[in-house]
Amino acid sequence: MEKNNVREIIQNNIRKKNHFSDKVMPKFFLVMAFISVITTFGIVYTLIFDSIKFFSQVPIREVFSTNLNPLSKTPSFGFLPLINATFLTTIIAMLVAVPIGMAAAIYLSQFASSKLRKVLKPILEVLAGIPTIVYGFFAYSFVTPLLMKLIPSLGAKNALSPGIVMGIMIIPMVASLSEDAMNAVPEIMKDGALGLGSTKLETTLKVIIPASISGIAASIVLAISRAIGETMIVTIASGSSKNFTFDITQSMQTMTAYIVEFTSGDAGSGTVGYYSLYAVGLILFTFTLLMNLIAQYISRKYREEY
Amino acid sequence: MNEKINELEKKQARFDKDRIAWRIGLNNFAKNLFSLSTIFAVVVLGILLYQIVAESIGWLDWKFLTSNLSIFPEKAGIKGAIIGTLFLMMIVIPVTLILGVSTAIYLEEYATEGKLQRLVKVNISNLASVPSVIFGLLGLTVFSRMLGLGSSILAGGLTMSLLVLPIVVVASQEALRAVPGFLREASFGMGADKWTTIWRVVLPVSIPGILTGAILAISRAIGETAPLVVLGIPTLIMKIPTGVMDDFTVMPIQIYYWTLDTVLTPEYAYLASATIVVLLLTLFMLNLVAIIIRNKFQKTF
Repeated sequence: MEKNNVREIIQNNIRKKNHFSDKVMPKFFLVMAFISVITTFGIVYTLIFDSIKFFSQVPIREVFSTNLNPLSKTPSFGFLPLINATFLTTIIAMLVAVPIGMAAAIYLSQFASSKLRKVLKPILEVLAGIPTIVYGFFAYSFVTPLLMKLIPSLGAKNALSPGIVMGIMIIPMVASLSEDAMNAVPEIMKDGALGLGSTKLETTLKVIIPASISGIAASIVLAISRAIGETMIVTIASGSSKNFTFDITQSMQTMTAYIVEFTSGDAGSGTVGYYSLYAVGLILFTFTLLMNLIAQYISRKYREEY
Repeated sequence: MNEKINELEKKQARFDKDRIAWRIGLNNFAKNLFSLSTIFAVVVLGILLYQIVAESIGWLDWKFLTSNLSIFPEKAGIKGAIIGTLFLMMIVIPVTLILGVSTAIYLEEYATEGKLQRLVKVNISNLASVPSVIFGLLGLTVFSRMLGLGSSILAGGLTMSLLVLPIVVVASQEALRAVPGFLREASFGMGADKWTTIWRVVLPVSIPGILTGAILAISRAIGETAPLVVLGIPTLIMKIPTGVMDDFTVMPIQIYYWTLDTVLTPEYAYLASATIVVLLLTLFMLNLVAIIIRNKFQKTF
């Protein structure tokens, strides 16, 4: 065949390939992309499917009681102690993470020199990259003994220490998301306020924060979601007491810790105790999903466009 | 009359001066407060690292890395956990890379704006914020029980792959998006079809970005504990895994059990610290590689 006729070469190539790859590849990638969707459905399906088995055997009124005793001969499954513990540890974590994270965000985006920022940001990233099991170890073997010196009545397992450490773990998340929101405020607005004679603090409080409040609020809601779903820190440092109590110096079990305790124990498949895992998982999943939807709603609805 | 006005003006000036001094003082106070908050985070990181390294001294040596697990703290080592981690990565790396990059290619190159694309996008971002312990429940139900994989490396690896999938997808999407349009157009102009363009032009250019994301995903998988605990990894595994169907343990799991058992054997705290040092060094090295790739091979157009 003549090789020097370009048109013939192209037509020959087209005939040879028959557009095979252009027909098959899009379908292949679509299938691959759908595996992530299937994963979500898989999660929802397993949680709901096994939760139904649980709720068909345990009356709803028992679920909303404070009596949790899954391993006794006459087991009872009141989830309020778990929900209560989850919220208490989350609140403690937020009391640590929100003020410090916000302050760090304001400092990094408004006050720090760019040199200093180049040093501090990677350090915060390191803090964010440390595995949670390490924080758990830190809470149990360092923070708890330290707090015991201040509060002698503190238990070896308690809600306070993991709450604080969880807050520390979340600081980088609040800081970096809020900083992004603040950096997105147009430079002109900031310059305008500074030009009128405001100090940096006044500019931050009266211009930057009001303009970026949607991003800041979303970052806090996402942080709450993260704290609710956090597992290893509370499992290690808060223990497995199933009492319904508001005393944060005592051991209490969060929803995540319950799941870990029960699966690593010997809950046989098919028992009510086994299905209770999925019911707790479903409640946990619902909470975190709700938080994420709220965060998305806030950042869409209250976004200021400039 | 004039004197009185002068007097008032002076008073006003003094008042203004005081007020400005107060505002500047407040500003400086706030600046220090904010910087202290930031420094607090750095100090905590310092204390954490110091504590753990200090506890590991005397326990972390070559013998610790190459010995099998033992109930005697002096003899115990993490050879099994290290090999388990390597095996786990043999599953996680190919599975997440193939799934993640394919999903990103679909979203960035093939998908047209519409419901399907939105569904996949929303789904990825929601999946990223599902608590890891829930992925454990998914793995327990689907991989361990339905597919009968038990608490094997394969079950753990597949569960972990799904968990870190969003990280790879988002990073790959960004890398693909950063490929300039003129490269694609040049390729099309030469008569290449879409797939050839992606395979020969777009992917080679975006590989540094994709690799950076993959390394971040791997470091997340190496440090993650909860899903594997939920899968029911046995407490004490003396046997070193030889295949993907074997039971296994990884470093975070080992840290978890040793921390729990410090009540019975206080020396386990040192073993946990030593394992944490190994784990953190591994993650540090991985991140270093990611930074080097990002700085060295990232092309800018």
